[in-house]
Amino acid sequence: MKILLITEQREGNWNKVSFETLAAAQQIAQQTKGTLAGLVIGKGVAALAAELSAYQLDEVLLVEHDLLEKYTPDGFSLALRQVIESAKPDLVLLPHTYQVRDFAPKLAASMNKGMIGDCIAYRYENGKLVFVRQMFQGRTAADVVFAGEAPWVASFQAGAFRADLAAKHASGKAPVKSLSVNLNPEQIRTKPLELFREAKQAVDLTQAPILISVGRGIKAPENLALAEKLAKLMGGEICASRPICDEGWLPMDRQIGSSGQTVAPKLYFALGISGAIQHVVGMKGSRTIAAINKDQNAPIFEVADYGVVGDLFEIVPALIEELEKSKAG
Amino acid sequence: MKIGVCVKQVPAKDAPLAIIEGGAWIRESDIGFETNEPDGFALEEALRLKEKHGGEVVAVSMGPERAKQTIKEALAKGADRGIHVADAEFYKLDPLGSARSLAAAIKNENFDLILTGLQSDDQGFGQTGVLLAELLGRPHATIIMQIDVTDGRMKLKRELEAGWFQWVELPLPAVLSIQSGINKPRYATLKGIMAAKKKEIATVERASLGVADAPTQRVERIYVPQKTKKTEFIAGQPKEIAAKLIEKLRHEARVL
Repeated sequence: MKILLITEQREGNWNKVSFETLAAAQQIAQQTKGTLAGLVIGKGVAALAAELSAYQLDEVLLVEHDLLEKYTPDGFSLALRQVIESAKPDLVLLPHTYQVRDFAPKLAASMNKGMIGDCIAYRYENGKLVFVRQMFQGRTAADVVFAGEAPWVASFQAGAFRADLAAKHASGKAPVKSLSVNLNPEQIRTKPLELFREAKQAVDLTQAPILISVGRGIKAPENLALAEKLAKLMGGEICASRPICDEGWLPMDRQIGSSGQTVAPKLYFALGISGAIQHVVGMKGSRTIAAINKDQNAPIFEVADYGVVGDLFEIVPALIEELEKSKAG
Repeated sequence: MKIGVCVKQVPAKDAPLAIIEGGAWIRESDIGFETNEPDGFALEEALRLKEKHGGEVVAVSMGPERAKQTIKEALAKGADRGIHVADAEFYKLDPLGSARSLAAAIKNENFDLILTGLQSDDQGFGQTGVLLAELLGRPHATIIMQIDVTDGRMKLKRELEAGWFQWVELPLPAVLSIQSGINKPRYATLKGIMAAKKKEIATVERASLGVADAPTQRVERIYVPQKTKKTEFIAGQPKEIAAKLIEKLRHEARVL
């Protein structure tokens, strides 16, 4: 199988999920006895192409154009379609980033193809690739296969593969090939303006050894005090899943998940968090995960080491009491 | 401004999910349904844009007969009329098939703006908005946190990853996927619920749209995922649970 990996960078900095997808792409190329090309797209990104060429790839494709300096869905789709039509890969793989969500379905549809997005795994069975993705917020998985002719477009979720397993090139470097694409300014309907960060990161949650995280199950902002008390007794910081920050109950910089921070503390204690995929990608690397949830089928228990099915408003006070008792004693 | 907003009906958040034999879909008979939460933010944004700039909000939903309830809720909140793209087995559609059907159903409406939620809480493809834009020849932007419209152009705040944002400008007509949390969706008032009864819901049979059945992908099987980790469940009275859990965190996991 001929595979094309499309990497992602912004202002010359890698989106590191690219290397997770690289590891997946290498594995698929090996299993299907195929070839793998890695693509870098942007402007002034030759150094990144050189960096990519140190990995086990048959070639690196460098696509540069003035109109690709800043990302636009029109520019990227038009350029990548030209590359795909000339390189003719069977399978196009991308990391499932916000940017990929923004252009990859369009790119595929412009070729009358579909995209299997946000995959967490794949299987190669009887000469066929089966992609695994989550449905119902992670409560079920689904096996999905492509129908119809190549090229097929698929993306892998952050955390689905390990970037450190991406193999380096066996004998030096992969050749880098520059490809030119035709783009006109009038084809690009989006005008990208400045990038900015909203809140200064007041707390660096990535450095906290213990995180007490709250979700919808906390029910009301006044109940946060309970979680805060537990956090204090355990020597941890408090954080939350997206809905809690959307409600304004905690500041956005305390949000864990795909649109917030990615953390890997010693202990991650999830209180009333169902464990939707967007949250789990931000915390599943934690060393120990404990979870309290009233729903025994909550997906948070997929990743938890210790689980309690029950009412957090009964169990957290008991935990506080227990910790206070041992402190006093 | 004429705004179309795509709303989907999905199983209620706390609905117990059972998978039908063969794994094609879930058992729909014994569960409740609700409006897909992310779509509620898109609807609210559409209503606010209408309040500011005038015009019309049309709620569009594809699904079986029950999906009409989601349109009715949108009408009760202030949408002006609804379009129901009826298909009892719409879950069998792939993302491109769904988008082609929706595009065919709304093409002649010539919306100035089409809004969708970020993704659905059931299938979670997260592609409908982007695909509608491509199929209707419109520009698009996704994960939108703010919309300012002036003179036929929009200035939009897009959310990027890890706390980053970006301003982008787009001409109208366009398609936007709205990020959850952009606003606080309103509740329907009693007056709104009464008024909704007089509002029109046009039904279009999906089969009548002439969209070729050419799936690009097929869901072979839905199943409960195998656990990657073995969870040790701790049961008992709250006091016992607390004592056991702290003991385990201290002496087994050694994280306290």
